[in-house]
Amino acid sequence: MKFAIIVFPGSNCDHDAHHAAQDVLGQQAECIWHKDTSLNGADVVILPGGFAHGDYLRTGAMARFSPIMSAVREFAGRGGPVVGICNGFQVLLEAGLLPGAMLRNVSLKYQCEFVHVRVDQVDTPFTCGATAGQVLRIPIGHGEGNYFAPPDLLRSIEANRQVVLRYADAAGRVSDDSNPNGSVNGIAAVCNEQRNVVGMMPHPERACESILGGGTDGLVILQSVVKWVTAGAHPAEKLALHAS
Amino acid sequence: MIDSKVLERHGLKPDEYERIVAFMGREPNLTELGIFSVMWSEHCSYKSSRVHLRTLPTDGPQVLQGPGENAGAIDIGDGLAAVFKIESHNHPSFIEPYQGAATGVGGIIRDIFTMGARPIALMNSLRFGALDAPATPRLLEGVVAGIAGYGNSIGIPTVGGEIVFEPSYAGNPLVNVFCLGIARQADIVKGVASGAGNAVYYVGAKTGRDGIHGATMASAEFDDRSAEKRPAVQVGDPFMEKLLLEACLEVMRTDALIGIQDMGAAGLTCSTTEMGSRGGAGVEIDVSLVPQREAGMTPYEIMLSESQERMLLVAKRGREAEIERIFEKWDLHAVRIGEVTADGLLRVKDRGSVVAEIPNRALTDEAPVYRRPMSPPDYLADAQKLDLDAPSVARRLRLSDQNEVLLALLGSPTIGSKRWVYRQYDHMVRTNTVNVPGLGAGVVRIKGTDRALAMSVDGNGRYCHLDPYRGAMLAVAEASRNVACSGARPLAATNCLNFGNPERPAIMWQFAKAVEGIGAACRALDVPITGGNVSLYNETDGRAIYPTPVIGIVGLLEHADRVVTRRFQGAGDVVVLFGEGRGELGGSEFLKVAYDLVRGVPPSLDLDAERALQRLIVALAEARLIRSANDCSDGGLAVALAECCFDTNGVGAEASIAGIEVASDPRVNLAAALFGESASRIIASATTDVLADVLERAEAAGVPARVIGQTGGNRLNIAVGGATAIDVAVDDAERTWVSAVSRFFKKHAA
Repeated sequence: MKFAIIVFPGSNCDHDAHHAAQDVLGQQAECIWHKDTSLNGADVVILPGGFAHGDYLRTGAMARFSPIMSAVREFAGRGGPVVGICNGFQVLLEAGLLPGAMLRNVSLKYQCEFVHVRVDQVDTPFTCGATAGQVLRIPIGHGEGNYFAPPDLLRSIEANRQVVLRYADAAGRVSDDSNPNGSVNGIAAVCNEQRNVVGMMPHPERACESILGGGTDGLVILQSVVKWVTAGAHPAEKLALHAS
Repeated sequence: MIDSKVLERHGLKPDEYERIVAFMGREPNLTELGIFSVMWSEHCSYKSSRVHLRTLPTDGPQVLQGPGENAGAIDIGDGLAAVFKIESHNHPSFIEPYQGAATGVGGIIRDIFTMGARPIALMNSLRFGALDAPATPRLLEGVVAGIAGYGNSIGIPTVGGEIVFEPSYAGNPLVNVFCLGIARQADIVKGVASGAGNAVYYVGAKTGRDGIHGATMASAEFDDRSAEKRPAVQVGDPFMEKLLLEACLEVMRTDALIGIQDMGAAGLTCSTTEMGSRGGAGVEIDVSLVPQREAGMTPYEIMLSESQERMLLVAKRGREAEIERIFEKWDLHAVRIGEVTADGLLRVKDRGSVVAEIPNRALTDEAPVYRRPMSPPDYLADAQKLDLDAPSVARRLRLSDQNEVLLALLGSPTIGSKRWVYRQYDHMVRTNTVNVPGLGAGVVRIKGTDRALAMSVDGNGRYCHLDPYRGAMLAVAEASRNVACSGARPLAATNCLNFGNPERPAIMWQFAKAVEGIGAACRALDVPITGGNVSLYNETDGRAIYPTPVIGIVGLLEHADRVVTRRFQGAGDVVVLFGEGRGELGGSEFLKVAYDLVRGVPPSLDLDAERALQRLIVALAEARLIRSANDCSDGGLAVALAECCFDTNGVGAEASIAGIEVASDPRVNLAAALFGESASRIIASATTDVLADVLERAEAAGVPARVIGQTGGNRLNIAVGGATAIDVAVDDAERTWVSAVSRFFKKHAA
């Protein structure tokens, strides 16, 4: 199977995502320039971390105008699995592919550290290899990861089970103490209503190799999508399968 | 037109002006004077330091590129090179902490990718006044935010560094930034212009009026009007630099390029002159073609602007379109502003008419070189005297309680955890970071190989204040020892020399002695200097900082997975002390914290013993015989042991060391054994089954090694001469250590 990694001019985790997909997972992976218009037959799309266009306006605000985003939108509309990691999540929010918005961290500072997240939904392409309630240890690295949704929207995404990951402690308990950035309801990742587009602030590609000393919980996320795609069925059918 | 006032404003001395006139055979015009003033500034010409720097060792089989290029390069096997350098941005950071620090990071990154290397790691060495002084938290916050803002955006991890708090730096903080990149050896690019008729391109940000005379500013002392110099500080744009980085690396993968150089200090002037000079050619440009941010800029302003994120490059004839195309892809516009000539002149035109014409040689080789007068500082003889029984000593702590002393040291911002700082740096991007900040040397693996690179930056202004020769040697030894403690073989060094006004003989003496010390240590430890930077005039209102050479050392681990950190790995291991403690308290953190004293002579250093120790520890790590290693430095053995227990989920240790007699007061003797800072010591842990092997290898290497205890429990217990001197819960000690810096900042909800 093949991963497409979208490269915006200020992407800086594109090489890392490519390395994880190709060298760690042993899958095909291609970096696709944001001015291109085709995903070249990819099965999965990753919007990597970074600062897409410098982000002097709002994080991710300009990336939705990049030519490749039409192809991403179309791929997502067909049920193709898309994950936005960190800045990629911010881009998906700005592009309207995911609900909500990002505020600056409550600390008003960039934070790079390992956190624990609890998997709340396992019927998405990026968590289907996890068990419900499983706690993963994965790093974050952001200054603007304070997820926000107004009360009505929040109610609806909670009711639709669109909160995929929540910041938690090692035992899976969600509290203010385990929330690194002030995100509402401790939200670390959300999906769209169709469940095939996921945005997450933690960086799974940074936790895939034991040599880096922080464990390999990130593989749970990335191997999920490999399993999802290689299971063979059409994405739409799989979604139906999981929903039943 | 050019009178003494104009000269003063340009930082040129009357005799230097006479030299210019003699060389030109005429009076220079104002543009030419401006060009001379920046090229002959201390910052660009090294006129006071050059005679001393020449004595440093710069050669070795591992060295691919020594000083003189944008950065040094060393052989790290597999046809790869590590390209690295350290640079200061002290003056701008004091005037505007965020932008000063940010543009410092931007500048050093450009130096690395200009060589054709992809930058993969950053470090920094910072010095501020005492953290409890009112101005310090704001300065620290600004500098850290600036470093984070630039490094995080561009996506290069900050993997280590050091921060020291000391009143001497209150009016003149030090911001030294280090960057390391990796290149294929065959792909290393140089900053040369050659081949008459080849096109000279300008690419990157537009030129504005920012930073005019930055190099001259960096060559003058501060006074209470320094705040007025803010327009001389540049503003950084990491996104622009990210585009430049990617586009330049892509251009370099073609062979359409002759040479490339970034526009750092002295901007367009320095890059045109140096590229021409290195290539034995001349460069002619027309400033009217230079992209400008503001209207009405004069040739003088364009030539002297230090606007950031700009590059100058020379294309091979016929290959211009290829280069232009790559920059277009990145939405950058490479603009042809001139060409290489054969006449060895820097010729500047404005809409076709010549506005400056100077032989390159006059700006580079013919720049003044001074052998400035030197004499030991007046304070030195008295400051080196230390009587530990002197009754005049004002004791802050109950010396009878060594637990209290240990906690005070662990809570001192210089020794305590810097987590509050490095958590703001992205230290994981590029997924290479094997040892994150706070564990010892920063370690990054080299993808596609089994290897990893370790790096450390260290300095000790207090030691250098008390003995610049020995202090500088100790700085080299410590940086190298830190690298060795990660299991990496130290390979080469870069230095950043921060001193006061060289026109004062005492400062010049400190400088010369420090360079001698660096040379001696680098020779003995086989870590040649491949480049660096000199920052002089670090003075405010006539008071100089402590002489502060900062040394960056890079080393190689053959097997990334054999890396070692300071952390104990679990209960039941033996704790081995390599090297010998002599209870040396001169210039120690203990004297500072307990007595508020900076006195005595720094610890002695036997370079042969140091080399043997470092080689041994690297061999032990390579053979997987040790499970942790930590260098004993600030705060001595007790602090080093405590550090081994931290970040381990509370693994404690029991240790027993010999007593020492340095004073008549038994409490001082206890402190000397626990907190003395004798050099060439490492605390390591090993499983019991390999202990005999470890000790045997140490004996064969001639390194003193002694089992001083074992790991286990949740307390740190240290006996001196058979009696318990320290007994603290690891948790309590760690809490003190963790909050040493963060307690000075507002706690936020997160």
